[in-house]
Amino acid sequence: MAAPFDYEDGPQHPASAAAYDPNYVPDSVKSFVSHLYRYIRDKNVYEIHQMYETSFQTLSDRHFKDTPWPSVDAVAPYVDNDHVFCLLYREMWFRHLYARLSPTLRQRIDSWDNYCSLFQVVLHGVVNMQLPNQWLWDMVDEFVYQFQSFCQYRAKMKTKTEQEIVLLRQFDQAWNVYGVLNFLQALVEKSTIIQILEQDKEGLEQFTATDGYDYNGGSNVLKVLGYFSMVGLLRVHCLLGDCHTGLKCLLPVDISQPGVYTCVIGSHITTIYHYGFANLMLRRYVEAIREFNKMLLYIYKTKQYHQKSAQYEQILKKNEQMYALLAISLSLCPQLSLVEETVNSQLREKYGEKMLRMQRYDDESDALYDELFSYACPKFITPSAPSYEEPLVNYNQEAYRLQLKLFLHEVKQQQLLSGVRTFLKVYSTISLGKLATYMEVDEPTLRTILMTFKHKTHAVGSDGKVISNADIDFYIDDDMIQVVESKTAKRYGDYFLRQIVKLEGVMTDLDRVKLE
Amino acid sequence: MGREQPQQEQEGEPASMAYAVEQLVAVNPYNPDILPDLEDYVNQQVASQTYSLDANLCLLRLYQFEPDRMSTQIVARILVKALMAMPAPDFSLCLFLISERVQMEEQFKTLIVLSHYLETARFRQFWDEAAKNRHILEVVPGFEQAIQAYAVHVLSLTYQKTPRSILAEAINIEGLSLEKFLEHQVANCGWILEKGQGNGQLIVLPYSEFNHPELKKSSADNVPLEHITRIFPILG
Repeated sequence: MAAPFDYEDGPQHPASAAAYDPNYVPDSVKSFVSHLYRYIRDKNVYEIHQMYETSFQTLSDRHFKDTPWPSVDAVAPYVDNDHVFCLLYREMWFRHLYARLSPTLRQRIDSWDNYCSLFQVVLHGVVNMQLPNQWLWDMVDEFVYQFQSFCQYRAKMKTKTEQEIVLLRQFDQAWNVYGVLNFLQALVEKSTIIQILEQDKEGLEQFTATDGYDYNGGSNVLKVLGYFSMVGLLRVHCLLGDCHTGLKCLLPVDISQPGVYTCVIGSHITTIYHYGFANLMLRRYVEAIREFNKMLLYIYKTKQYHQKSAQYEQILKKNEQMYALLAISLSLCPQLSLVEETVNSQLREKYGEKMLRMQRYDDESDALYDELFSYACPKFITPSAPSYEEPLVNYNQEAYRLQLKLFLHEVKQQQLLSGVRTFLKVYSTISLGKLATYMEVDEPTLRTILMTFKHKTHAVGSDGKVISNADIDFYIDDDMIQVVESKTAKRYGDYFLRQIVKLEGVMTDLDRVKLE
Repeated sequence: MGREQPQQEQEGEPASMAYAVEQLVAVNPYNPDILPDLEDYVNQQVASQTYSLDANLCLLRLYQFEPDRMSTQIVARILVKALMAMPAPDFSLCLFLISERVQMEEQFKTLIVLSHYLETARFRQFWDEAAKNRHILEVVPGFEQAIQAYAVHVLSLTYQKTPRSILAEAINIEGLSLEKFLEHQVANCGWILEKGQGNGQLIVLPYSEFNHPELKKSSADNVPLEHITRIFPILG
């Protein structure tokens, strides 16, 4: 989450050559790198975290608002030319560049090379550091982000110069989809994180309890990178349109419990956002609603603590996107009882009007589904390289258009269900003939509508079992529809609890008042 | 162009081939070299009436990465297999990975129409359209039975008792074949035949929580224990 997701590659404007001197190293930076280097050698995770989170930001704001940091060659002398530190520094260097400036093609390729070197060092198991989870998450997150950014960039062929095309053809391995996926997969495998998590569950291994840190003198880097790579894989598969495989990659992480993924707010949000989105696309609406609800409530309660952090903007953006996805999910699967009151009131404020119109299922509602989906969906990519022959066209929207089209097709299939819902809410028994008349369709059509309702509200879980998402329960007996009263499920329990606590608060305050 | 014919099966090979491919998909899925194995596996699934969503998605993904190597024949088979997996949403999952351009081809447009009819329970239209497109569907043995199983599934979600004619239309079986079918279901699946209105017959479908909603547990207003602990100090 270090770099903005919707970062558009505008016309190339790398730091103006005149203003930026890659060899100029301010004293504060000399101090920064040498301290950071020492803390890493000493495995002082707390200090590393302070420097990484705070000092780096402060120095960026003060000296490098719109230029890159000094080149790695310029700072190397202050850190004993340590190879691994330089790789880490370069990773931060590129991340800063992507966040504040527009990377050139050359820079994109160099960043890829740096990730290759860095990951290979880690995969060879020669790393002996302990790094803060925030940093390790940012590495994986940024890696996937730069891949996504590269695919978007490459797909805009119209404005490519001759030079760029030559470079693209020459360095076809850079940000190649196979490379990206295989690195993430390798990190997952080499770290044996899946086995570690299984053992952790049985209590045979300490991983979650230590937040992934290694208190036995070892390194947490490979393990935690492997862990976060599972989230990375979920994300890449969603970008490719393969939500099923994405969820499979996340399976070893138990999202019903806190875990290492909840240690870092960015990782928590990214995981749940993609998990929810994938379930929405797989028509497991209840699951999507449940998880969005939990996450949005959590953000509501805790976002004040992140106001100063560099990720605050991202947190807010993902928050808004999840509200949009929740609005979509609830319009397709009206089960308001699953939504916490606080979240519900926020949702009503943002999308109350729109949700009413979406549930009407007319042309207007189509446009609204389109709008919300387009706003909230991941930035889908086309992973294959373009043909570099003429004609050069922009195809960066192709992947998104396909996903949108298929999603709206699904919405359209559910169009007739809202009419049925309205009637079934009112009747406990009604004959097919009568309902057909009210709905102005013939009986055979009504039968298909009712069967469609059943089919669409009963998803198939990953284990092959049928799960009901239905808000209304009914069955047909020959030609009579019997509706089973579903409890209106007002959340009395929750409401009373809140009022009890409130009242207690008021009484305590009253006790404190001294009457003259 | 892809594979022309499914390979001749060698004795004892199919099971071990399936295992080997599943291993590849689990351990080394992002590898362009396994593409031919995955294509072979699709043909094996067709021939032996087995199915593997993960392997097929893996192949569609590789096609996505290298569109030049795509075989539309194989893709069509994957889609037919996915249709047969209904009510699982496998067909949509596959479409998400197939470019719009490819989806415009005739055979895919037809398959999409067939999927649409099945998704919206329009069984009569489905069987009519299927009859017009036997050449696409015949290549995959077991297709009819799979769709009939899906039809029975949807009927079982919806009806406690359904008229015989509705069943007949949904599974596209009539006359003597229908009698045999009903006999089989009564003997093995707990179906009961009753007399219906007029000369009709009613099929009583087995009990489940879906067509007998009273059987479903309601957990709407459960309050978790952790929430109650908030007021323990107040309750004193």
